[in-house]
Amino acid sequence: MSIDIETARKVAHLARIRVEEDRLPELAENFNAILGFIEQLNEVDVEGVEPMTSVTPQRLKRREDVVTEGDMPERILSNAPDAREGFFAVPKVVE
Amino acid sequence: MTELNKLTIADARDAMRKGDLTSAELTDACLDAIEGADALGAFVHNTPDLAREQAKAADARIQAGDAPDMCGIPLGIKDLFCTKGVPSQAASRILEGFTPEYESTVSQNLLDNGTIMLGKLNMDEFAMGSSNETSCYGNAVNPWRRGNEDTALTPGGSSGGSASAVAADLCLGATGTDTGGSIRQPAAFTGITGIKPTYGRCSRWGVVAFASSLDQAGPMTKSVRDAAIMLEAMCGHDAKDSTSADLAVPNFEAMLTGDIKGKKIGIPKEYRMDGMPDEIEALWAKGADMLRDAGAEIVDISLPHTKYALPAYYVIAPAEASSNLARYDGVKYGHRATLEAGDGINDMYEKTRAEGFGSEVQRRVMVGTYVLSAGFYDAYYNRARRVRTLIKKDFDDVFAQGVDAILTPATPSAAFGLGEMKNADPVKMYLNDVFTVTVNLAGLPGIAIPAGLDAQGLPLGLQLIGRPWEEGDLLNIAHEVEARAGFVAKPNKWW
Repeated sequence: MSIDIETARKVAHLARIRVEEDRLPELAENFNAILGFIEQLNEVDVEGVEPMTSVTPQRLKRREDVVTEGDMPERILSNAPDAREGFFAVPKVVE
Repeated sequence: MTELNKLTIADARDAMRKGDLTSAELTDACLDAIEGADALGAFVHNTPDLAREQAKAADARIQAGDAPDMCGIPLGIKDLFCTKGVPSQAASRILEGFTPEYESTVSQNLLDNGTIMLGKLNMDEFAMGSSNETSCYGNAVNPWRRGNEDTALTPGGSSGGSASAVAADLCLGATGTDTGGSIRQPAAFTGITGIKPTYGRCSRWGVVAFASSLDQAGPMTKSVRDAAIMLEAMCGHDAKDSTSADLAVPNFEAMLTGDIKGKKIGIPKEYRMDGMPDEIEALWAKGADMLRDAGAEIVDISLPHTKYALPAYYVIAPAEASSNLARYDGVKYGHRATLEAGDGINDMYEKTRAEGFGSEVQRRVMVGTYVLSAGFYDAYYNRARRVRTLIKKDFDDVFAQGVDAILTPATPSAAFGLGEMKNADPVKMYLNDVFTVTVNLAGLPGIAIPAGLDAQGLPLGLQLIGRPWEEGDLLNIAHEVEARAGFVAKPNKWW
């Protein structure tokens, strides 16, 4: 499997990272080196092997479905690049 | 007493208990050492005022009696840990200006034990790297040099600042995190001790996430005893991390009995790599001899899927990273790109992430995006998770045969020069973690201990891998190797 420039462009967009046109060939080349390395996994017989979900056998703990924390909008917004009137502010989303 | 910053945690603790030393004196000695060590690039956010205040409180607590072992001990904290009111950037531009409103559980546990925070430590951006060269702060530098050369060497990564700071005696210990070897590889490169505990021992809450199923915090220290003392203070159950283990934390230091008679130590044949330097091969054999002399039984074992650990890791870790790093979108915290008139929300995301993430982080996020994308999920991601199951089973099988711990080299080479790998393909850098990454995939505890010097005078480390939750036993075995290796070399001060 080889990654072409079109695929690299598509992946960059899916990842929401702007990559300038002139950098796409290098990116595709990097992808191909890494994916070439990963291809080795095809040598392994994984027939009937379950994909790992949790490295230590454990049952997730449960708790009452109640509010445990909250009521701190100022603290939550304190690091926002743009916060107004108790909200995160972003460019217009809907025309 | 001179040069207090060179003390071990255990010695400083004992001296403070006896009243021979105050935390204030110890803290000042470390702050002075840090001030003169800018050339190492280890500390990136200094908190001297906070440290002096904490030292005063620690001294009061020690005087009142019944203070915990770590009380009054000055530490450095890796920049990956969120620390309340102190910049926490994961060495990334995208978290520029971020000062958390909360404290990570591990650093809070340390504070509750009375430790002193000297500042935040350099690292690879988002813990992605093996040389500390991807940091937005610039390189951290290894205090060790080759012979009489002045070439700047890497302290390893991602916990490069932690390793450099401990090796140069800027602090008594430091926190690190380890996703594929990020505690053990830098520890080996700088001649110090570093342990990654079993997955679930240390809470991940408040630690900037890289690959959640692999990330674990651990201590980086000057001795195995110090690692035991500091690890105990860091770990424990935390309801805020659903993968945190609800298990009692033993007194690890009390488990350093010096008796490892009859322990079965496995030597995995798959770790004998082509092109491995003779010095590392010899060190490994020497390590086995030391354990044999201590009364352990050395057995040959096989971990047949070892070869596939790195490729599996380079699917799983980027996949999890691409998902974890989706939160850096210029909305909630950190950097937001300056937008042009008419730019919409996607432009904001794309420009912010292009400006905020360095090239290695961008590469891994995109590889992760690709292996999780429709049509490739099964071929890459699910296949890698199946291989991970087999890698864990390799370890389960040898432990079932009665093996107590596994001895391997910690790294395939000694520290290399900063910039030496610049033009290499990314996969070459990934090979640094070839001996450590299996341990993360299997969730096991692993420790790196300094065991010798190479011909150029650089430290080399051995790794011991333990059974799940048996950090105490692992530390005890490591302590015997440490005692027999007698590694006392220190870097010559040039900074």
